[in-house]
Amino acid sequence: MFGPLVCKPGASRNNRTGSWRMESRPKFLKKDCIACNMCLLICPEACISGQGKNNYDADFDYCKGCGNCAWICPKKDIEMVKEGHNPTGVGLPTPIKEGPKSK
Amino acid sequence: MKTLFNSGHTACAGCGQSMAARLVIDAAGPNTIVVNNTGCLEVFSTKFPESAWGVPWIHSLFENAAAVASGVESALTYLGKKDSINVIAQGGDGSTADIGLQALSGMLERGHDILYVCYDNEAYMNTGVQRSGLTPFDTNTSTSPAGKQSTGNIRPKKPMPEIANAHGIPYVATASTAFPQDIQRKVKKALSIKGPKYMQIHVPCPLGWRSDTNLTTLVARLAVETGLYPLIEFENGVLTARRQISPLKPVEEYLKTQGRFKHLLNKPEELKKIQEIADSNIKKYGLKVSEVTPPTAGSGGT
Repeated sequence: MFGPLVCKPGASRNNRTGSWRMESRPKFLKKDCIACNMCLLICPEACISGQGKNNYDADFDYCKGCGNCAWICPKKDIEMVKEGHNPTGVGLPTPIKEGPKSK
Repeated sequence: MKTLFNSGHTACAGCGQSMAARLVIDAAGPNTIVVNNTGCLEVFSTKFPESAWGVPWIHSLFENAAAVASGVESALTYLGKKDSINVIAQGGDGSTADIGLQALSGMLERGHDILYVCYDNEAYMNTGVQRSGLTPFDTNTSTSPAGKQSTGNIRPKKPMPEIANAHGIPYVATASTAFPQDIQRKVKKALSIKGPKYMQIHVPCPLGWRSDTNLTTLVARLAVETGLYPLIEFENGVLTARRQISPLKPVEEYLKTQGRFKHLLNKPEELKKIQEIADSNIKKYGLKVSEVTPPTAGSGGT
C-alpha cells in the first residue's frame, strides 16, 4: 500500500513554469540599479538572482511574468516588455504531449 | 538564487503567499522542520513527485499542523535535539482560524516550542474563494456574494492575533508581504524565543481578491497604511511594538485596488462602516504618529 510519500528536496525545479508567462517579461535595464535587493526579496518564484549594482537577472525558465519586480524597483530600472515569439525555444519547457481532447 | 523554497512551484503569478513563505523559511534557515496544513501553500509547493521545499516538510490533514508539530517538537525534545532545530507549523487562514483553531489552541496552551505562521489571504482560495473566519467585512466571495440584497460578507474579521495573545504566549506578531525585511526580522525574533509563538502574515491573492498580479505588494501596503491591517507585536501579553502610519490613507484607496470590493465604491454608507473598522484599529493600537503611547504599553514602531 501507500507509505509516506517522499520527494527529493527542491525537485520542483524540474517543473519549468516559464511557459505560464503570457503577456510580458521583466527586462533589467542595468543602468540605475542601487542593489537594494527588493526585486530578489519579493519575487514569488525565487527566480531573480544577483549581487551588487546592475547585476540582477531573472531566470526565464521559471518567471511567470507577474511584474512585481518592475513595480517595486525604486529606481524603475526594471521594465516589463512584451513577450515576443521565441523561435529558439530558450526558456521554454519541453512541450507536453497533448492527449485526446475530451468534450 | 540560493533559497529553501525553490522555483517551479505552481502558485499563480504574483502570489503573495509564495513571497511570504520563502521569506519565512529563508529567515528560519536550514535547521527547520516545517509542518503544513492543507491549503494553497501545501498544494502548490508539493505537487507530487516534486517539492519546492529544501527542508523536511510534513503534511497530514487540513486542521492538524499544530498537533503534528507538537508531536515533532516532543520527539525532538526527547532526543535532546530541540535546541538546534526549529519547528514551524504553518497554514492558511481557513485552516488556522476555522478548521484548525482547536489544534492551534491546544498547541499554544501546552506550551510547545513552535512558531505557528498563518498566511492570511482572507478566504479559502484553494477551493474557489469561499469566505473564512478571517474574511473582512463586506467582502464579495463565492459564499458571500454581493448583489441587490447583500453587500458581501456580513461578519467582521476574527481577531486571531488577540485570540492567540489571550493564551498568554510569549510572542504574537502580525506582518505584511509589503514589508519583507520586517517579516524576516519577526521570524528571527520569534525563533529566538522559547515557547509557542504565533505570527500572522497578510498575503494578497491576485486571483481571489481580483487585483492586478503586479500590485501584490501595493495592495498589502495599502492595507497597512489605511489601518485595516495593523502591524503589531505582543510579548507576554503586552503590546510592545506597532508600525505607525504617516500619512493615514482613506480606506477607499485600499478597496479600489481590488475587484472583491468593487461593489462598495458607490455605497458611501458601507464605506463609512469600513472606515470605522480602520479608525477603531488606529485608536486601539495607537497607529497614528502623534499618539505617544497605545492604551496598554510599549514604545516605538515596528
